[in-house]
Amino acid sequence: MSRTHVTTTVNGDALEFLCEPHETLLDALRNHLNMTGTKEGCGSGDCGACSVTLDDRLVCSCLVLAAEAEGKSIGTIEGVSNKDELHVIQQKFLEHAALQCGICTPGLIVSTRALLQENPNPTEEETRYYLAGNLCRCTGYDKIIRAVMDAAETMRGGGAA
Amino acid sequence: MSEAREYKYIGQRSIRPDGFDKVTGRANYGADLSLPGMIWGKVLRSPHAHAKITKLDVSRAEQHPGVMAIATYKDFPAVSSEAFEAGEGATDLLDLARNILADGKVLYDGHAICAIAALTEAIADEALSLIDVEYEILPHVMDVRDAMKEDAPLLHDDLFTQGLPEQPDKPSNIAARMELKKGDIDQGFADADVIVEREFYTPTIHQGYIEPHACTVRYEEKGTSMVWCCTQGHFDVRASTAKLLKMDLSKLKVVASEIGGGFGGKTTVYLEPVSLILSRKSGRPVKMVMDREEVFRASGPGSATRNWVKIGAKKDGTFTAMQARLCYEAGAFKGSPMGPGCMTVFTPYDIENAYVEGFDVVVNKPKVAAYRAPGAPQAEFAAEMVINEIARELGIDPIDIRLKNAAREGTQTLYGPKLKAVGLIECLEACKNSDHYKAALKDNQGRGVAAGFWFNIGGQSSVTINMNPDGTATLVEGSPDIGGSRASMQLMAAEELQIPADKITPIVADTEVLAYNGTTGGSRTTFATGMAVIEAAQDVIRQMKERAAAVWNVTAEQVDWVDGTAVNTAGEGRLTAVEICAGADRTGGQITGRGNINARGAGPSFAVHIADIEVDRDTGRTRVIRYTACQDAGKAIHPSYVEGQYQGGAVQGIGWALNEEYIYSKDGILENPGFLDYRIPLASDLPMIDALIVEVPNAFHPFGVRGVGETGIVPPLAAVGTAVANAAGITVTELPLSPPRVLKAMQSSSR
Repeated sequence: MSRTHVTTTVNGDALEFLCEPHETLLDALRNHLNMTGTKEGCGSGDCGACSVTLDDRLVCSCLVLAAEAEGKSIGTIEGVSNKDELHVIQQKFLEHAALQCGICTPGLIVSTRALLQENPNPTEEETRYYLAGNLCRCTGYDKIIRAVMDAAETMRGGGAA
Repeated sequence: MSEAREYKYIGQRSIRPDGFDKVTGRANYGADLSLPGMIWGKVLRSPHAHAKITKLDVSRAEQHPGVMAIATYKDFPAVSSEAFEAGEGATDLLDLARNILADGKVLYDGHAICAIAALTEAIADEALSLIDVEYEILPHVMDVRDAMKEDAPLLHDDLFTQGLPEQPDKPSNIAARMELKKGDIDQGFADADVIVEREFYTPTIHQGYIEPHACTVRYEEKGTSMVWCCTQGHFDVRASTAKLLKMDLSKLKVVASEIGGGFGGKTTVYLEPVSLILSRKSGRPVKMVMDREEVFRASGPGSATRNWVKIGAKKDGTFTAMQARLCYEAGAFKGSPMGPGCMTVFTPYDIENAYVEGFDVVVNKPKVAAYRAPGAPQAEFAAEMVINEIARELGIDPIDIRLKNAAREGTQTLYGPKLKAVGLIECLEACKNSDHYKAALKDNQGRGVAAGFWFNIGGQSSVTINMNPDGTATLVEGSPDIGGSRASMQLMAAEELQIPADKITPIVADTEVLAYNGTTGGSRTTFATGMAVIEAAQDVIRQMKERAAAVWNVTAEQVDWVDGTAVNTAGEGRLTAVEICAGADRTGGQITGRGNINARGAGPSFAVHIADIEVDRDTGRTRVIRYTACQDAGKAIHPSYVEGQYQGGAVQGIGWALNEEYIYSKDGILENPGFLDYRIPLASDLPMIDALIVEVPNAFHPFGVRGVGETGIVPPLAAVGTAVANAAGITVTELPLSPPRVLKAMQSSSR
């Protein structure tokens, strides 16, 4: 079997990996790079648990081929905090109890970061629609939306970016 | 009792101790463990709803390069029909085995037939296609009503109805019948001024946890085998798996990974025994992960039901009689939650005359598993819809009619106990006084109210608290933390020990570390494991006092424990927990507190929800405008996570009412096994969910705790159902209220 050699950047680190042609970026992150923070909930782009950024564009990594990461810059949950210093979004998720089981949380945090980069001052409705691709079965979304709105406000007020 | 007690830690909205790992991606879930030399297992599943397997030839697959092992039903040691307790309720061992790997006959689309372990997932998938299976297709039956008919296709020729006056001599799809009665039902209906009766349909629905079932295992012929898996109860995974594979409990270590949702669906085993067989045969660690389609097709959904309810009332709203006939689909093997359905259906009401009959029926669908208050939402949906119709007919406010009949302290329940103090009336009053209930509705909007009841359970929990030499504590529990329970354990331990919560680290330990712990289910964890935590903390305090007494040369009775400090009441002296722990080596060794309990006295839980729905008259689309979930927590240990349970339960119930259903083809094939077509609620579908916490303490818990996890899914079906009925001017008898169904009902409505 011929494997594809991929040179890429993950959370700022220059990395290389070998993958099968059919493997997804999610497979590569989890199985080749041991970055299991990105989760698989459906494998069909419906749940958003595998959300990452690809050159700053929010994608479902289960719908991207691993080989497509060549030359790109990937952002995953593992790169959101600054070592042990949590990002404002992460801190607000904790303060608002915006997670129960936590399986959707990495994807939601990556999506929220993308939302707030695009739109630092989203309305509740804009937030709900932007995050409509991230399924959460535990919370009913109430506390997630509150955490995101609070994080946006804090970030606009000059908190950590 | 707890009412007057001032709490220092309980009731705080603290940061959960496992939070950091969960917002950074460091927490490890079911699919996150890999081992050196590990190979991948995949399952071949039935493409038919009901068929005899006439040929199963794995020889070509076996020879495929990279294939390491194949498992079929024959690899189980001989198992026979035997009831045993594991997970939520009793399971029949033979049914469990035949559900995990089919024994000569497939009973539903997705039924596992055999499994292959190979070097990679891709090779395992290729090898699956090389398995030669031939089927003789049998007639299938997909609906409880059809399955109960005399001439229905039979799933099992050895299934005879339990609970009939006489032992039947013919097999049947009706696995069991039960009845509950109280008073004189005929007299009750004769006394009524108004009687309403209806039959309702609720579809098969899925818990919809975002994390698929997954495990990584290593079988050891001579040593201890290991299973890492996402489960609500690793001790029961051990029990089931060891029983199926005839292993000693001490030779099987089960580690509960973090769990990405369960809601009752992760209280049994599917992959774990199969992967151990594959590991035994290959000599390699094996990982198995279901894909989403497999989760829908082959894990346990919640029962579809056809439930008929008849209620009589006086003109003033007093209920005179309540009757129900409840028919639950069990899926391919017996064991629907028909029993809890019968026991919960009328429990919110203090009623003299009642009669309930229930049926547990097998159909060609996956074997159901528990789903949040299993059985209650379907039954109480029917009852609450009828009550709302009676209220409308009598011109009585739906909250007032419930207040008039509400169960309260002293109410004799239909299922057994007399209620102690419960919070239904308080919840009804909180809803009646809410801004939401007073707010006006606009055109095309409707409001619905419903009550809900769930028992809650106690059960066995085992906890140890290890005091460290620096005075911090490691709290070792065996209840998988599915929604923040580590936070409540931490707060309860802090309250009892009177040491700061952040000095206490709760961990969920594997099956080798603690004695048996029941599965996280039945809303038992904060109640029962919490009681074990309190007991372990008291054990720590007792030893701390003894150590201090030894230092002061007084008796332990002469030492008080105040603010985390031993105080000598017979003279001078104070020793903090930190000082006692630092000196433990000189006073008898380290300090460990233990709590092993079988908790009784779980507090019955009631909830009341208000739903406002707007309907689009052109399309039948509905939108939730406003929603309030009010419930009695007994005592909210961590209010944010209590609210979270109310909100999450409400939204699962909203999904059940509006969108969710298994759609089968005529051939009995599941047509929507994915999140695109099995549509659970999205952030954009919903408003904020107002959570109102009522606290009527449970007298049997030191802090007054009741369970809070499940009751919140009970009221939404009827609250939303009634709101849609009112908004659209239709009569609602079937769920889900998806746009086509609502549109059709509006077009033919005479209401």
